Amino acid sequence: MENKGLSKVDLIFEKVDPKEVLIKAFKMTSDEIIKQMLDSGLKGRGGAGFPTGLKWKYTAAEKEPVKYIVCNADEGEPGTFKDREILDKVSYKVYGGMAIAGKAIGARNGIVYLRGEYRFLLPQLMKELESFHKMISEIGYDFKINYCLGSGAYICGEESALFESVEGGRGEPRNKPPYPTTSGVFGKPTSINNVETLVTTMMIIKHGAAKFTELGTKDSRGSKVFSVSGDTPTPGIFELELGMTVQQFVNEFGDGDTKAVQVGGASGFCVPRKKFQNTIIGFEGVPTGGSMKLFNSSRSMYNVLHNYLDFFAEESCGQCTPCRVGCQQLLKGVEKVKKGEAKSTYLNELIKLADTMKIASKCGLGQSVGNAFRTIVENFREEIIY
Amino acid sequence: MYQVGNLVKELSEKHGRTRESLMPILQGIVEKHNYLTDEAMVEVARELDISAADVYGTASFYTFLDTSVRGKYVIRICKTITCSMKGKAEIIQTLEDMLKIKIGETTSDRQFSLIETNCIGWCHKAPAILINEIPYTELTPEKVVEIIKGYMQKK
Amino acid sequence: MINLNINNQRVSVQQGTTVLEAARKLNIKIPTLCNHSDLCVAGNCRVCVVEQTGARTLIAACAMPVSEGMDIHTNTLKVRNARKHIVELLLSEHRSDCTKCYKNQKCELQALANEFAFGDTIFLDLVEDHQYTIDRSSPSFIKDDSKCIHCQRCVRTCTQLQQISAIAVANKGAHQKISSFHDRPMSHVVCTNCGQCVNRCPTGALVEKTYIDQVWDAIYDPEKHVVVQTAPAVRVALGEDLGYDPGERVTGKMVTALRQLGFDSVLDTDFTADLTIMEEGTELLTRLKKILVDGNKELSLPMFTSCSPGWIKFIEHKYPEFLSNLSTCKSPQQMFGALAKTYYAQKRKIDPAKIVSVSVMPCTAKKYEADRPEMRASGYKDIDFVLTTRELAVMIKQAGLDFKNLESSNYDSIMGDSTGAAVIFGATGGVMEAALRTAYEIITGREVPFKNLNITPVRGMEGVKEATVKIEGCTDDWKFLEGAELKVAIAHGLVNANKLMREVREGKSPYHFVEIMACPGGCIGGGGQPIPTSMEIRKNRMKAIYSEDEHMVLRKSHENPDVIAIYKEFLGKPNSHVSHELLHTHYTERDNF
Repeated sequence: MENKGLSKVDLIFEKVDPKEVLIKAFKMTSDEIIKQMLDSGLKGRGGAGFPTGLKWKYTAAEKEPVKYIVCNADEGEPGTFKDREILDKVSYKVYGGMAIAGKAIGARNGIVYLRGEYRFLLPQLMKELESFHKMISEIGYDFKINYCLGSGAYICGEESALFESVEGGRGEPRNKPPYPTTSGVFGKPTSINNVETLVTTMMIIKHGAAKFTELGTKDSRGSKVFSVSGDTPTPGIFELELGMTVQQFVNEFGDGDTKAVQVGGASGFCVPRKKFQNTIIGFEGVPTGGSMKLFNSSRSMYNVLHNYLDFFAEESCGQCTPCRVGCQQLLKGVEKVKKGEAKSTYLNELIKLADTMKIASKCGLGQSVGNAFRTIVENFREEIIY
Repeated sequence: MYQVGNLVKELSEKHGRTRESLMPILQGIVEKHNYLTDEAMVEVARELDISAADVYGTASFYTFLDTSVRGKYVIRICKTITCSMKGKAEIIQTLEDMLKIKIGETTSDRQFSLIETNCIGWCHKAPAILINEIPYTELTPEKVVEIIKGYMQKK
Repeated sequence: MINLNINNQRVSVQQGTTVLEAARKLNIKIPTLCNHSDLCVAGNCRVCVVEQTGARTLIAACAMPVSEGMDIHTNTLKVRNARKHIVELLLSEHRSDCTKCYKNQKCELQALANEFAFGDTIFLDLVEDHQYTIDRSSPSFIKDDSKCIHCQRCVRTCTQLQQISAIAVANKGAHQKISSFHDRPMSHVVCTNCGQCVNRCPTGALVEKTYIDQVWDAIYDPEKHVVVQTAPAVRVALGEDLGYDPGERVTGKMVTALRQLGFDSVLDTDFTADLTIMEEGTELLTRLKKILVDGNKELSLPMFTSCSPGWIKFIEHKYPEFLSNLSTCKSPQQMFGALAKTYYAQKRKIDPAKIVSVSVMPCTAKKYEADRPEMRASGYKDIDFVLTTRELAVMIKQAGLDFKNLESSNYDSIMGDSTGAAVIFGATGGVMEAALRTAYEIITGREVPFKNLNITPVRGMEGVKEATVKIEGCTDDWKFLEGAELKVAIAHGLVNANKLMREVREGKSPYHFVEIMACPGGCIGGGGQPIPTSMEIRKNRMKAIYSEDEHMVLRKSHENPDVIAIYKEFLGKPNSHVSHELLHTHYTERDNF
């Protein structure tokens, strides 16, 4: 097991001269930029971890004259708040990343989809965008970014649901294929990337792919911004090199009594104390969009599970059967078991249901409800039953 | 009841009359008038030449596009686990006592509405609330009292 | 061509074909629910999930396009378990009072439950957690949310085929539902009562409002004289609910069945269809004269037909500024109703108060139409009860009739005569064809210049059809039309009506006369016709309609002897004062939401 230990990194929030990086990028060909991304091994920072270079490559290969680069700033995963901080502190790097992506895929238009909960940031972000547009026209490059504002729907973080929302509809995920790289927003080839991913691409251009691959492990290159909350003396936002174990993370952030860490938010995995040592935070272990919630022994994992299930039952878009009804059944099911109105063995039926949801739901939301469910029920069964 | 026709026209001029203008128009109405009345949704449907049921269907998908009465200041209390762990219950108690309404209700003077909402992205500074778009974090009952007093004086 | 394997059988299909379609080619059945051949793919019920070798998740066969080398398995343990779960989940949200349900044994969810979910229930009952509404406000149909499985066929129908979107998906998550504008009652929204959603609902969530018991009560009431009329499209579809293949004509057996059910007089809506041609044809020619010769500025063209009550409500809601372009003629059903309690009552010497007038229609909107306050020209409710084709089939079954072995018989006299022109009212383009057959002959004294009177350009399933008829050799009364080119258009399905109406609104419509039917295919595809429906089924019904026409001795409305008689004895001439009182109506502007 490759283990890098815990070390803090300053890449995402590092001050750079955006003009310099962009001029460098615009001198490169599309293929050269994409090659840098592929070489860097960068995987998407929103949680799903699709290789960014591949996404750009596929979108670049499309023949359509109009393409889009979309920045996914619909950070709704419970426990994640790093994109807000990135936008607040270094939005120019987000815009820069979008311009670089635009150059790579052949898009002249960018859209930032900002979650409604972050509307208070909008005036500042628009001002910074104005400066960015000015700078980019000084360079003599044609690229324009627009903002779309969400209105409180977790599912809009799912890429195709986000497109539906941008197009003025209900944020309901689409059938795939076609994938966004072929038919995304407004039916055009689209590369949709997370806020942090875009910033990282700019830093890869600045420092070069080789430098980036020095950080992290084979499966999880680079560093990542973590949102740390829960039972910790030091909650906040931390950029860390990828490849540490949960134990190393807990040693740094725990309160000395950590019994579980929920990695990746409500749609992520619960790691119990006995597995801290052997679990790597990264794509080879537990992947995360950055949400790290620590729970100490005073917490009821039933409450945690119930909170997540309640969240999913509300935030499912409701269109597909496994997710709409499955979430309600899981929620009501654990309530019954907790109250002693259903046998503890009913949890086994619910785990099977969670497995069905994982393979039969239409999108990532329904497919990932089972992650927290299974890992909490399996590891803290005694806390769930009556 | 408010005169919404002109606002809808104004917003349609600004954002356009294609389908993708629907969200910004609805957001614009909520920003001005706190929630979407039936009249407003019918007006939007007319302006964009889409069905009113469709406008309602879209609005009702989004938590912030309320279609029932909301006060001038909508207080959304984050109900995700970290805020619960860090004292959400006392915050709600304080708000309910102060405003004399329960979660889901609006004060009779239509100044405040109290709603629970999903994660608003301030877990490291829990408990947190939004009042309209403004976040307030690391709340204590005392802090909440001061904040709400401030809003009460605003009216 | 794309090659793939399904259950180890090789199949080659066109690119763009779905896995479901490819499987059907191999006669491999994959269960579906949200899928419907008339509608766009939704992929939301997930009942059709199958296993693709190498894929992380199961795939929805209805939504997945084939790709080269795909290896699909439709019946693995993984697939079966998932399917069972999915059906069980749907059942847990569904009020399963199957034995009392109108859709019992005709419900697609029930059929799936029978295959996948018998035995012990796995999941908790969620029905009581949901505050389901049952909306009975419309006289045409009932919307019962407790039976809804969220497949969205109704929403897609209302949006895609009818372009009304009276219903839409609202809310999300556990609260997601199919809703009218802000949950208003269906009677108070833009709904046209066309019933196309009813035709496509897989469960009992959308069903017609039935009047079967009321009709039985009337039949068994010795004081009452119960007359029944049957619309043209019923006779080519009724058989489907009674064991025949689509497209079988069962006119004679249907008449016998109605008589055996106990109706006192079995009459034909065809009679008033022919009458409609006389009234509407005259109205059109008069309108043309007023505009073209007299320079009347208040009237305008095109003139629209008014037989389809779904279309009428559509224009009242969506294009009220063009209500004056509508023919003032009532629909054949309502003309019949008004005459049954006046002309028929007089001729048969029956007190109209004792007449109960029943109609059998391919339509749900007709139930609403019969309830309109305008429809009381006889001094009574002109039509008391409207039954759909489906309801008639239920009554025939209730009575235990051996339908297939019934002898054929003919309609009763007085208002029972028919022509081929009336029969074709049941298909899109039929009213136009019937009108042209008569109008051309009135103007020129000669038959329409089409072989065998078959005006083929106005026939068929194309959404919008148009035709031009050059008028030559006019009689003296109609000289002003000499050399004119009469331009006509036909639309069926409200999405196509909308297309034509936009043109009209933009002032770009070149037509003189336009026929519009609310339902795809016209009345043969009506909301009251047997379920299921598909393009193929509708085409078969349409073929049967034209075959019925060809087999008629009389094929022009003005030759209907009952029609000739009623003008002589009762109405005087078309558009007479009496006609106007009984056979014509007016329209009401309605809200567009």
